[in-house]
Amino acid sequence: MRPFEYARASDVTEAGKLAGRFIAGGTNLLDLMKLEVETPDKLVDITRLPLRDIETTDDGGLRIGALVTNSDLAADPRIRKDYELLSRALLAGASGQLRNKATTGGNLLQRTRCGYFYETSQPCNKREPGSGCAAIGGFNRIHAILGASKNCIATHPSDMAVAMRALGAVVETQKADGSTREIAVDDFYRLPGDTPQIESELQEGELITAVRLPKPIAGVHRYRKVRDRASYAFALVSVAAIVRTDGGKIAEARLAFGGLAHMPWRDEAVEKALIGEAPSMALFDKAADILLAEARGQGENDFKIPLARRTLKAVLADATKGA
Amino acid sequence: MKLKINGIEHELDIDTRTSLLDACRDHLGFTGSKKGCDHGQCGACTMLVNGRRINSCLTLAVMHEGDEITTIEGIGQPDKLHPMQEAFLHHDGFQCGYCTPGQIVSAVGMLGEVKDNWPSHASDNVTGDANLSSDEIRERMSGNICRCSAYPNIVDAIESASAKMKETA
Repeated sequence: MRPFEYARASDVTEAGKLAGRFIAGGTNLLDLMKLEVETPDKLVDITRLPLRDIETTDDGGLRIGALVTNSDLAADPRIRKDYELLSRALLAGASGQLRNKATTGGNLLQRTRCGYFYETSQPCNKREPGSGCAAIGGFNRIHAILGASKNCIATHPSDMAVAMRALGAVVETQKADGSTREIAVDDFYRLPGDTPQIESELQEGELITAVRLPKPIAGVHRYRKVRDRASYAFALVSVAAIVRTDGGKIAEARLAFGGLAHMPWRDEAVEKALIGEAPSMALFDKAADILLAEARGQGENDFKIPLARRTLKAVLADATKGA
Repeated sequence: MKLKINGIEHELDIDTRTSLLDACRDHLGFTGSKKGCDHGQCGACTMLVNGRRINSCLTLAVMHEGDEITTIEGIGQPDKLHPMQEAFLHHDGFQCGYCTPGQIVSAVGMLGEVKDNWPSHASDNVTGDANLSSDEIRERMSGNICRCSAYPNIVDAIESASAKMKETA
């Protein structure tokens, strides 16, 4: 690990002024620093900031402080009762030890688990812009089938962020100059394009202070994660779904997907195709056709295309059971 | 800086890069916690921080000033074993023993999570009460790898320690 200066922020405004890389749970950043994939000159410890509360908002939603741990969030009675897919997504991710450390803000900013990003002897446009992408034509079993570019085919690893996207969550931030803003999770992430090193809309020194959830969305909540082993593995494909049926027809559908792209994926055309229709396997196939119309495998990950179809159909069948 | 390990405060002068694990092992002599992967994947380094289990290899010592840190040495001692340690002995919950301190600290932390009614990925219903079936134990302990694969006996040990701890609680 390269040497770095350490500073501890005592309030949110000071955190921005200290001008360094923010560290909270550190479970991803320190891992990458050990490998010298990340080499910050200065770390700003934000763990003492008062961002650990989950509070009710005026519109009946919840504001989750950026430092609420993944464990505390998954176990919160309000989340378990009204936002079940978020609790499920969190519990499907990582291990007990990691969830006790990982925070809500940090989870959103997880870096990809692409093996070439981690291996500094290999080219990687995300780690070293302009060096090339070794995953294209390389070992790419876990890589993207949607939204990839000729420069990067990495996927976003988070489960939580997939649920947040299905829920229509909003990220609250404070910029380095002290001003604040909010960014919908729908607009928060970027596709790799020509700049895979830029993963979100956050600017330098901008700190996530909270993630806001809308008021509870009625319907069946599901988070289905398909992975190489039954626990403690990243998603090959995951589907977060909120589906409400009324009178035998789908009245509302919110769907987001993990493991498919550089960001938690959402395609409103898929949701629109379902609304007002009676659930059937033919309908779910049609939804999968829309989702996967532009899907492209890279060789080793070709299996993800049929896997995404089957997972989506299974989730929709389960969520509309008895409708 | 100061670190409070197993109830006692220690003064250290360390590089900012030092992980909590290395601070305990290399600077303070608490060598019970083991370094397996050093990347948060194996769980051999598990410690409790303010009662919650974490991977001590993936956190900086300097970030833990003021925290209550518990290592395996603070869970029990040879002359006064914790019920979890006794259960691992009784059920032969190990072969080489390298992952064992992490398994035991993790299991103690995990029982605290169940006591606080935290759900898990294996729970049928996230709004219901946490129960400790063997499927639940396997899911909740998935952050601790045993390369000797002593898992069946580890699960038995945790089940029996959990029952014993409930009796005496």
